[in-house]
Amino acid sequence: MLGYLIRRILQMLLALGVLSILLFAWLRLLPGGPVSALLGDRGTDEDRANLEAALGLDQPIYVQYLKFMGRIFHGEFGPSTGVRPGYDAMEIFLDRLPATIELSFLAMLIAVSLAIPLGYLAASKRGRLLDNGLIAVSLVGVAIPVFFLAFVLKYYFAVKLGVLPPSGRNSIGIEGTRVTGMFLLDGVLTGEWDVAWDAARHLILPALALATIPFAVIFRITRASVLEVLDEDYVRTARAKGLTSRVLRGRHVLRNALIPVVTTIGLQIGALLSGAVLTERVFNVRGLGQALALGFETRDYTVLQVLVMMAALIYIVVNLIVDLTYAFIDPRVRLG
Amino acid sequence: MRKQRFLITVTAVASLVSLASCASEEKKPQGGAITEGDVFVFGSVGAPKVFDPFYSSDGESQRISSQIFESLLRLKPGTSELEPSLATEWKEEDGGKKWTFELRQGVKFTDGTAFDAKAACFNLDRWYNQKGVAQSPGVTQGWSNDFGGFAGQDKPSLFKSCEVNNDFNISVSLTRYANFPLMMSYVGYAMGSPTAMEKYNADEVVAQGTGFKFPDYALKYPTGTGPFKFVSYDDAAGTVTLERNEDYWGDKAKVQKVIFRIIPDETTRRQELEAGTIHAYDVPNPVDWTSLRDAGMQVLSRDGYNILYIGFNASTAPELKDFRVRQALMYATNRDQLVQTRMPEGTVAATQFIPPLAPGFNPDLKAYPYDPEKAKELLAEAGHPNLEIELWYPTEVSRPYMPNPQAVFEAVRDDWEKVGIKVNPVAKPWNGGYLDGRDQGKAPAYLLGSIWHYGDSTVGTFFGVTDNAFATKLYPFGKELAAEVIATDSESDPEKSKEKNHQLQANIMNKYLPSLPIAHVPSAMAAAGNVKGLVPSPFGNEIYSSVFFE
Repeated sequence: MLGYLIRRILQMLLALGVLSILLFAWLRLLPGGPVSALLGDRGTDEDRANLEAALGLDQPIYVQYLKFMGRIFHGEFGPSTGVRPGYDAMEIFLDRLPATIELSFLAMLIAVSLAIPLGYLAASKRGRLLDNGLIAVSLVGVAIPVFFLAFVLKYYFAVKLGVLPPSGRNSIGIEGTRVTGMFLLDGVLTGEWDVAWDAARHLILPALALATIPFAVIFRITRASVLEVLDEDYVRTARAKGLTSRVLRGRHVLRNALIPVVTTIGLQIGALLSGAVLTERVFNVRGLGQALALGFETRDYTVLQVLVMMAALIYIVVNLIVDLTYAFIDPRVRLG
Repeated sequence: MRKQRFLITVTAVASLVSLASCASEEKKPQGGAITEGDVFVFGSVGAPKVFDPFYSSDGESQRISSQIFESLLRLKPGTSELEPSLATEWKEEDGGKKWTFELRQGVKFTDGTAFDAKAACFNLDRWYNQKGVAQSPGVTQGWSNDFGGFAGQDKPSLFKSCEVNNDFNISVSLTRYANFPLMMSYVGYAMGSPTAMEKYNADEVVAQGTGFKFPDYALKYPTGTGPFKFVSYDDAAGTVTLERNEDYWGDKAKVQKVIFRIIPDETTRRQELEAGTIHAYDVPNPVDWTSLRDAGMQVLSRDGYNILYIGFNASTAPELKDFRVRQALMYATNRDQLVQTRMPEGTVAATQFIPPLAPGFNPDLKAYPYDPEKAKELLAEAGHPNLEIELWYPTEVSRPYMPNPQAVFEAVRDDWEKVGIKVNPVAKPWNGGYLDGRDQGKAPAYLLGSIWHYGDSTVGTFFGVTDNAFATKLYPFGKELAAEVIATDSESDPEKSKEKNHQLQANIMNKYLPSLPIAHVPSAMAAAGNVKGLVPSPFGNEIYSSVFFE
C-alpha cells in the first residue's frame, strides 16, 4: 500500500513537471502577450521594448522558465497582469477555488444522487417505457448547451417568477463571516443561517445547469454497468443459490456495478472544471473558471500557469483518491 | 420491490429539494435584498485594476476612482466644459507656460488630512518623481501620453515644477505651452491624501515575474476628497463597496452606499436589472435598447468622445503611399450606411479625426461623399485598378468605438469589393496578435479607434510624431504634419488655437489623409425606471452623488 502510494506520488510529480514545461512554452508561443494587454490602444515600439525588458520577457525562454520555477520554490508565483493586477497568482487561485469547489461539489451531488438511482432503475426496467424515457432525458441533458439552459433557467426563475437570484454568489447587504470562502458552508459553520440560505439560493441554478452533463454520463454508465453485471454468471449463481433480492442487489449487483461508475465520477470532476468555465461566466460565479477565461483574454501568463497547474494537481489527486476507493468498494482489488 | 420503491423515493426527494427551495419563498423582495434610497447598485462589465487613478487607464478602475477622488478642475456633468472643483479659479501666465490655481478652502481628505497648497504640490511632485518601473507606460500611461518623461529621464517632460504661493494658492510651471487646466480635469490627475500615500507606500510599484506588484494604497486604501469613500473590494463576491463621505465639502451624495457588481456577461447584466437586483448597468447591447425601453427601463446614451477609424500603414503595402489610393478607399466607403446598419443608435459619421464635442472641431468640414465611381477612377489613375489589400480586424474584443468589429469589417469589405478591390481579411485576437501586429506595421489597413480621456482636441498621439503606428514617416508629408500638430497643440491663444485646429483638421482630411475617420460612437447605460440623477458623461465617468430613486 505504501509503496503503491509513493509510486503514484512520484508519477504525479513527473506529470506536473512535464506539464509545467509544456504550459510555459505553449503560453509563450501564443500570439500577443501581457505587454500588448498592458499598453492597450496606444503603444510605441520603444514602450514595448522597455516594458518587455522590465518584465524579463526579452530573455531566452528557458531562463524565464528557470526564474519562474526559482520563484515558486520561494513561494512567489508572481503578480497577475490581467485577472487581478498586482495580486499574487496563488492568492488569486486560493481566493477563487472555494467558489468552484462549492459549485462543483453541489453539481456533482445533484448529478450523483439522481444518476445512480435512476440508472439502476432504468437497468432493472430494461427496454420499458421508463428506461427509454430516462435515456431521452439524459440525452437532452448532454445536448443542451449550458449557456442556453442557464439563460432559460435564469429567465424563468429569476426574471419571470422572481424567486431565485439571476447570478452572483450573495445578495447585496447579506455578507457573512468568511471562514472557508465557501459561502454556504461558512453560513452553516458560523450559524449565520440567513447567509447560508442566501448562498444556497444563489447556488441552485448554476449547480443544476452544471449538473446536467455529469448526470447524463453517470446515468448512462450506471445503467450499462448494472445491465452487464446482471448478466454475469455469479449473479445467476447467486440467484440460483436462493439469495434474497435485497442481498443480491446490494452486495453483488450494485457493488460490482459501481466500480466503473466511481471511475467515471473521478473523470467527470475534470469535466466539471471545464464546464465551470461556461457556467461561472453566465451565472457570474467568481470561481476558477471565470478567472481562467479572463486570464486568457488578457494573456495573463502567470495566472494561467498557476491556475492550470493547480487544476491539474487537483485532477490528479482526485483520481488517486478514486483509485484508492476501489479498494473499499471492490474486495478483489488489492493495492500494492 | 421495496428496494425499488426506496430508490424511487430517493430520486423524487432529491429532485424536489431543489424545486422546493424555489417555491417556498413567495414574492419576497425579488432575489436580493436591496433597499432603495440607501444603496445604488451598478453592474460593471469588468473588474477594476487599481484604485489609485494615477496608475490606471481603464474605464472600470477610473469610474470607481471618480467617486472617491477629485481633481483641481472638472467638466460640467455631461459636457466637455471646465468648471471649478478643488481649485476655484485658475489663470494663465507666461504664454501658458505657467498656471496659477486658487484652491478651495475647508476641504478635507476622507482620512482627515487637510487639502491645501502643500497637498496639491505633493501630488504633482509625486507624479513627476515616479521611479523605476512606475515610469513605464504600462503603469503610468496617462502621464506618458500627456506629460512625456519623469524626473531624471532623458525623455523631455512637459512638467517643470509646482510652487506653493500661500496656503491655498499654487503655480505650476511647464516646459512649453499646454492646455494644462483641461488636463487637470482628468481623474488620472486627481488629488490623493499625502498622509495616506506615505502611510501605504503609494509609489512602491515593483516588477516581479511578468507583472507589477502594486502598493496597498492603490489596492486597499485609496484616499481622496470625493463624495464617496472606499470601503472594500470583495473579490470572492465580485463587489466594490463605497460609502458616502459625510464630511464632503459640496452637495452630499443622496445615496448612502454605492456598490459596483462586476458582471462580465451582458445577458446576465440585463437579467439582473430585470430581476431588480441591480439598479443600472453599463454598456447594454445596442440591439437591446428598444426592448429595454419597452420594458420600462431607461437607456442613457453617452455622446461618443471617441473615433473609429481605418488605419493605414504603407510598410507592407506601398500602394498606400499614393494619395489617390487613400482617397479612393475613402470614397469607396459608405459610411452613412455603415453607421445606420451596423452601429448603435446615435452614431455619427465622422468628418474629421476629432469628435463634435471637441473644442477644435471644424464644423465647416464636409465629409467625403460615398462615390464608388470616383473611387474606381482614382484607382485607375493611380495605376492600381485591381488593388489588393489586407484588411485587419480584431476578435475577442468589443471596444466603445467598435461594439462589433466583425460587422464593421464586413461592411467595409463589401464596399471596397464593389469598386474592384480585392480584400484579404486578417482576423486576430485583440491581445493575441492584433495590437502587436498593428504596432509592428504588419497591418496595411486595420480597424481601430481612440478614446479621449478629457475634453481635448489633440491628435498628437496619432500624428504628433512620425514614428507611429501609421508610419507617417513613409509619406513625404510626415514631418510637416507632425510639426503642424505640435504647433496647433502649443497655441495658447484660444481664438488662434481654434483657427489652427480647424485648419489642421481640414488639412488632415484634404491634404494628407493618413487614415480614414469613420464614426463617433455613443455608448450607453441602462437604468431602472425609478433611477434619477444619473447624468451620462461623454468620458464614461459618471459621478453617482446626484443619483436618487423616485
